Amino acid sequence: MSEKIALSIEDLTVSFDGFKAVDKLSLYVEKNELRVIIGTNGAGKTTVLDLICGKTRATSGTINLNGTELTRYPEHKIVQLGVGRKFQTPSIYENLTVLENLEISYPEGRGVFGSLTFKRTEQVTQRILEVAETIFLTEFLNTQSGLLSHGQKQWLEIGMLLIQDPELLMLDEPVAGMSVSEREKTADLLNKICQGRSVIVIEHDMEFVKRIAHKVTVLHQGKLLAEGNMESVQNNPKVIEVYLGH
Amino acid sequence: MNALLNRALGERRGAIGLAVLAVIIFLIMPLALDIFRLNLVGKYLTYAFAAVGLVMVWGYGGILSLGQGVFFGFGGYCMAMFLKLEASDLASTAHQTTPGIPDFMDWNQVTQLPMIWQPFHSFAFTVFAIIAVPLLISYIISAAMFKRRVGGVYFSIITQAIAAILTILVVGQQGLTGGINGITDLKTLNGWNINTDSAKYLLYFINGALLFGVIMVCNLVLSSKLGRLLLALRDKEDRVRFSGYDVANFKIFIFCMGAVISAIGGAMFTLQVGFMSPSIIGIVPSIEMVIFAAIGGRMSLVGAVYGTLIVNYGKTAFSESFPSLWLLFMGAMFIGVVMVFPNGLAGLYQSYLKDRVALVLSRIKKVKSSDPLKVVKAES
Ligand SMILES: Nc1ncnc2c1ncn2[C@@H]1O[C@H](COP(=O)(O)OP(=O)(O)OP(=O)(O)O)[C@@H](O)[C@H]1O
Ligand SMILES: [Mg+2]
Repeated sequence: MSEKIALSIEDLTVSFDGFKAVDKLSLYVEKNELRVIIGTNGAGKTTVLDLICGKTRATSGTINLNGTELTRYPEHKIVQLGVGRKFQTPSIYENLTVLENLEISYPEGRGVFGSLTFKRTEQVTQRILEVAETIFLTEFLNTQSGLLSHGQKQWLEIGMLLIQDPELLMLDEPVAGMSVSEREKTADLLNKICQGRSVIVIEHDMEFVKRIAHKVTVLHQGKLLAEGNMESVQNNPKVIEVYLGH
Repeated sequence: MNALLNRALGERRGAIGLAVLAVIIFLIMPLALDIFRLNLVGKYLTYAFAAVGLVMVWGYGGILSLGQGVFFGFGGYCMAMFLKLEASDLASTAHQTTPGIPDFMDWNQVTQLPMIWQPFHSFAFTVFAIIAVPLLISYIISAAMFKRRVGGVYFSIITQAIAAILTILVVGQQGLTGGINGITDLKTLNGWNINTDSAKYLLYFINGALLFGVIMVCNLVLSSKLGRLLLALRDKEDRVRFSGYDVANFKIFIFCMGAVISAIGGAMFTLQVGFMSPSIIGIVPSIEMVIFAAIGGRMSLVGAVYGTLIVNYGKTAFSESFPSLWLLFMGAMFIGVVMVFPNGLAGLYQSYLKDRVALVLSRIKKVKSSDPLKVVKAES
């Protein structure tokens, strides 16, 4: 194993009443890598992210991020250890402004009393402005986020994770519902933000996957079906069979 | 400092609302009402503490507590225990089998002051207990539930069950609590007769001032990041959890805060009304408190005070003429509020009057328009 590996998942299994949604999965993601996970509906992609961020507890197996075993920790601790996760449907605080959404996600004042005394310092404001620019929402800082377009909401949620500067960023279908030009911008965004961290993206749109993926992992019925660069995966007979047989 | 005060008053718009309420409570009521009626308003205003607490817990925290009467009761009973001990000095209880203990204990063949009553000889301890007891109990309840992710309807039912159990306990332990009659015949506070007209006036104003203090503290909490987190939690709990927050702690905090606020009201109730009994702490009063908050508007601290005053005024006026119909009427009012105007009186004000008031205000002082980035920079 190379030294650059940030996330290593080994023999990960979760069973829901006997049904194994993820089955003996092993997966290694390097630093600075953008990994895309593809697979048919119900393949277990979202469940893998749920397991990493602690939303679902593994039946067996290990998840290790930069030397720390994550499966032991509660969800908020896993976040504090450097895992950021975007949900499949945009999950932002619709009643708050873009600015407030980003501010709440800022990794400071996370305790009860810390949040009571939290102040929007110059440093916090700078960081918010910086992230807002990265996610193309500078003009919308004081807009109530419920009024944003679907694509902008997706960006906002990505921004809410970026502001925490996570070691591992996991995005569940980030371009769903986006226009063509929004997809272009998102691809550039993802290529930019995988610097200095690891990114896992779940995506169905193959054109988009081609544009962003360093490496692709194909899941099928909870198991790893194939792994490699886009071309080798696309030409893999097992993968072709699964996708065409579907 | 100035910024802090501004936040406590709820910025300019909140400050106007508070000022109007202050004029009503501190000026109009005392001038217009005789002391008997004013004392009655004072009693209603003690319920307003519970309603304000519910705005925090239910309105902002999204936790419907059907047991706020319990915490009101803890505050009230702590205060009553102190006053009762003071009223049970050796001289006034000389005729009892055991002089020096509260009369109801004597009637129940208790011959020694029970242990938990002992520290209530001290006023300082009593004040401490009025805050600490409900804090401890509410912490235990909410930590046990929220750490296990029990929420929603289940939590509401549990709080209601606690109200029922506590009432049964208080009624059952006559020798300790005064049973169904409660703790009555309270006379003095550190030698100061609380039953005189002048004392009642003073207590009314103290109560009002405390209520304003509580509202201002609530404003501070709501305008902090914690306040925005509460809104975020009600909207997308998972997003908050997966942004690195231990969600349970925030729910515990707001629930405890509501409990303590309610308890302060309970203590002021005992002082102004002169007794404390299980009829104030059970399921029905707890649900009434929810109705006060709902009618006032569960997202409005000031609205909760109006809601409490109006419903209680209605209750007094209505039940004088049709006592048996009151409960039905209140139930109907509650359903009406929830179905027709879920944000209560405050919501009605927001949708029908606010714009007109704002128009008048803008004529008085021109509102500056602001460009979004400037706002960000100005606030930092
Ligand atoms: N908590 C759960 N309890 C029971 N079954 C579950 C649970 N979570 C997921 N599953 C099942 O596990 C399987 C994998 O689901 P998952 O959501 O991971 O699929 P996916 O690959 O993300 O699919 P999609 O592309 O549709 O998002 C599905 O059959 C789903 O029904
Ligand atoms: Mg999925």
